[in-house]
Amino acid sequence: MGAAQTRTENKYQDLAEKTGFSQEQIKNLHKRFQYLSGDEETISRDDLRKIPALANNPIRKQIIEAFFDKRNQHQDEVGSFQEIGFEQFLMVMSHFRPPTLKTTDEEREAMRREKLRFLFNMHDTDSDGTITLEEYRKVVEELLSKSGSIGQEAAKAIADAAMLEVASTNVPHMGPDDFYEGITFEHFEQILKGLEMESRMHIRFLDVDAPTMHCGKSKS
Amino acid sequence: MFYQVDVKSDAEVQVVESGLCWLTGVWYVTLACPCFFPVLSSSRFHLIPRLSNIVPESCLLITVGLLVGGLIRLAGEKVPPVLNSHLFFLCLLPPIILDAGYFLPIRPFMENLGTILMFAVVGTVWNSFFIGGLLYAVCQITPAPSSLHQLELLPCLLFGSIISAEIHINELLHILVFGESLLNDAVTVVLYHLFEEYSGVGTVTVLDGVLGVISFLVVSLGGVLVGAIYGILAAFTSRFTSHIRVIEPLFVFVYSYMAYLSAEMFHLSGIMALIACGAVMRPYVEANISHKSHTTIKYFLKMWSSVSETLIFIFLGVATVDGDHSWNWTFVTVTVILCLVARVIGVVGLTYVINKFRIVKLTTKDQFIIAYGGLRGAIAFSLGFLLDRDVFPKRDLFLTAIITVIFFTVFVQGMTIKPLVELLAVKKKQEAKRSINEEIHTQFLDHLLTGIEDICGHYGHHHWKDKLNRFNKKYIKKCLIAGERSKEPQLIAFYHKMEMKQAIELVESGGGVKLPSAMPSTVSMQNIQPKKPPPAKPVERALPQLPKGREEEIRKILRSNLQRTRQRLRSYNRHTLVADPYEDGFGDLLIKKQKMIELEKKIKEMNNYLTVPAAPPDSPTMCRARLASGRDTDFKPAQQKENKICQDPQSYSVKPSSGDVPTIQVDLASPQSPDSVNLLDELKRADQQKQDEDQGLMMRPPSREGRANKQGEVESSKEQQKLMRCLSDPGPSADEEEEDEPFLP
Repeated sequence: MGAAQTRTENKYQDLAEKTGFSQEQIKNLHKRFQYLSGDEETISRDDLRKIPALANNPIRKQIIEAFFDKRNQHQDEVGSFQEIGFEQFLMVMSHFRPPTLKTTDEEREAMRREKLRFLFNMHDTDSDGTITLEEYRKVVEELLSKSGSIGQEAAKAIADAAMLEVASTNVPHMGPDDFYEGITFEHFEQILKGLEMESRMHIRFLDVDAPTMHCGKSKS
Repeated sequence: MFYQVDVKSDAEVQVVESGLCWLTGVWYVTLACPCFFPVLSSSRFHLIPRLSNIVPESCLLITVGLLVGGLIRLAGEKVPPVLNSHLFFLCLLPPIILDAGYFLPIRPFMENLGTILMFAVVGTVWNSFFIGGLLYAVCQITPAPSSLHQLELLPCLLFGSIISAEIHINELLHILVFGESLLNDAVTVVLYHLFEEYSGVGTVTVLDGVLGVISFLVVSLGGVLVGAIYGILAAFTSRFTSHIRVIEPLFVFVYSYMAYLSAEMFHLSGIMALIACGAVMRPYVEANISHKSHTTIKYFLKMWSSVSETLIFIFLGVATVDGDHSWNWTFVTVTVILCLVARVIGVVGLTYVINKFRIVKLTTKDQFIIAYGGLRGAIAFSLGFLLDRDVFPKRDLFLTAIITVIFFTVFVQGMTIKPLVELLAVKKKQEAKRSINEEIHTQFLDHLLTGIEDICGHYGHHHWKDKLNRFNKKYIKKCLIAGERSKEPQLIAFYHKMEMKQAIELVESGGGVKLPSAMPSTVSMQNIQPKKPPPAKPVERALPQLPKGREEEIRKILRSNLQRTRQRLRSYNRHTLVADPYEDGFGDLLIKKQKMIELEKKIKEMNNYLTVPAAPPDSPTMCRARLASGRDTDFKPAQQKENKICQDPQSYSVKPSSGDVPTIQVDLASPQSPDSVNLLDELKRADQQKQDEDQGLMMRPPSREGRANKQGEVESSKEQQKLMRCLSDPGPSADEEEEDEPFLP
């Protein structure tokens, strides 16, 4: 009993170091993972699709896909998994940790870049390092997908306008024959500079069972 | 009250007379002050521009008030007691609060609501008790006698504040200070009434304390409820005002004021009611009313609130000069010091507690700004003024102290906060407008975070927000928003707004003036669109002659539309409320877009003849739309590989473009001359019965201006673009003669 416990604790310790969560949070997330996977070792896409609350989400597919995207595992691989284990699950979740008072400015920068990278990967579905117009259009279409036909027509126009804005901000002097291939990561960073990702893109990792205020106590 | 004829005794007559004098006096001061203040301020500010940087407005206002009061005193007249409770609470306060409530940025406010409430409620109570207690202690030591209740009133009054955001700090701090001062007012007023009653009673028991807390809750939440109800009523009313656009703003003001009055009638917090009313009605009302009404509301609110604030400060000055003061050094200085100390301790202590619950913590710098910047005291002063002399024998003492503190905060802190902010390098508010990318990603992020929360399995902040949004969309919007707009998703609404803003900017900027938000850019739609396979004759890019039949067709279309436009122009007269082409169109915009698509198909057939590679910068085609009269032509037909339709040397004066040239240089005509017209828009308007008189809808704006091709029609498929470039039409001209000029030779 004791040995098993220490083993889990060690595992949690490893994970805590890798992902930056606290032991408490990892434990809770593990519980959730086990619930989602039906006590299996891995989750597949179907398991995530079964979550009822996600049904109303217009970008459900992208979110689920993000969990299985190898690029989000910080390991420079490309492609996607069929199923993921708890460690991968945690890695993806770690993108949503908030900064703390102790986070230095460089760490904040790094955090912001990491979160932006996550978003970028979600848009760049063919993993070629740029978001093309088609891909961007798809993004906007999905966002507006719950709004009926009005959404579809406007989506194209909005995506075009947005793309144009990115291009004109980043490459202001293009010749008439030049073609703007797509949004690179640097341009993406530039265009979303004002949003302060590190303060916005986070959730509170509360205790799953009892909604008490455990957040902010992360040891990282 | 002023016209009782059966007044017999002298005393009563005097009362009547002084009543009349009072009324006159009020009007005198009220009207005189704002009248000569703008003169003062504009002359002073223009003459000494640095002054306005150093000295905040409130200081100047108080100074003016002092001057006026001094003048009146010198003139030997008794200064009318201008600031009585009716005037203040019924006339001066509501506009300020409504302005704040209506333009409250809901999202950051809600996100930080817990923090704001903590600061406002707990902070104020803490301040009152701390200062009250200490002053009492101090007064025990010194010879001046006083009573506990009276003292407690003092500090809670002192931290009410009127919002005038003169410093531009980042959004978080701004909303914290702003929100706190808003709620602070409400809390202050509630506490004031509470304490007033306690003082009357004499002794305070624990039961009274508990009752006090309960009554506080009832008062504030009741006020919010009343406000929300009126807000919904207003939104509902605005749904049906499409035929009486002229009085739309009236509804907003009337309902808000009624909310205020109703709440006050039931002894609930009118301020909270007003804030709730404004905040609740705004999203729905703005979706329903016309653009002009929206502008009207905005400017009226700003105007009224500025005037009110001005008046309050001026009265402050006047009353200072006139008021009966009893100056007690100890009392006053101790008060000032204690205020500061209490504020600092309060902020630090509260922040410590709050940071345990916040994700984005408040740093020391933030705390300092909150403590330092959150003090201003016009409401405080007014409330102090209203203390009844009989109940509070020490009233004058209080008043003097209050005035001192207010002067201190306004002058000293007002002047030093700006340099301090710079010194501390507090992050400034982003001045840039929201871009479409940011909007897209904000929404995307919302959904993403909601999704992640769902996967994690707990019902957090985003989950409930999402639920509320969906509830809003499904039921509430349907009731409160008229017509097509109710189904419009937020992103599209934002996009339309942005289009419209740019369209208006362009029209207003007239001929070729750079837009303020301009960023030099040569990027156009075609840089983004993936290259289409080259047309039938790739080698020879010269455009073949358009067969006569086609030309004729094009000419006919254009002419018929021009004619319709002209007819509409002639029937305009001064009394018709000119229908804004930008208003009322959004819902219909989508229907129009359908027609656009059909049109597109038609044009596609013509497209074969209009292959347009990137035109050289100063091609007359590009400059086609500019029809400024009296500019030199520098027509270069040789370079043109475009269609020959565009060769029209006589009709157009084309300005040669200067140095740094954008790809598509389509300058707008100057205001006197006809604006260019987007062909497709013209056709679109063929069905619309309204037209603005100086119409020229957006052409492609100069790409130089950065956000090219995004307003007007954004259906910028390549074909349409080319067509528009080549066939851009001189549009209806203000100058009658030009109208009959044929477009095509």
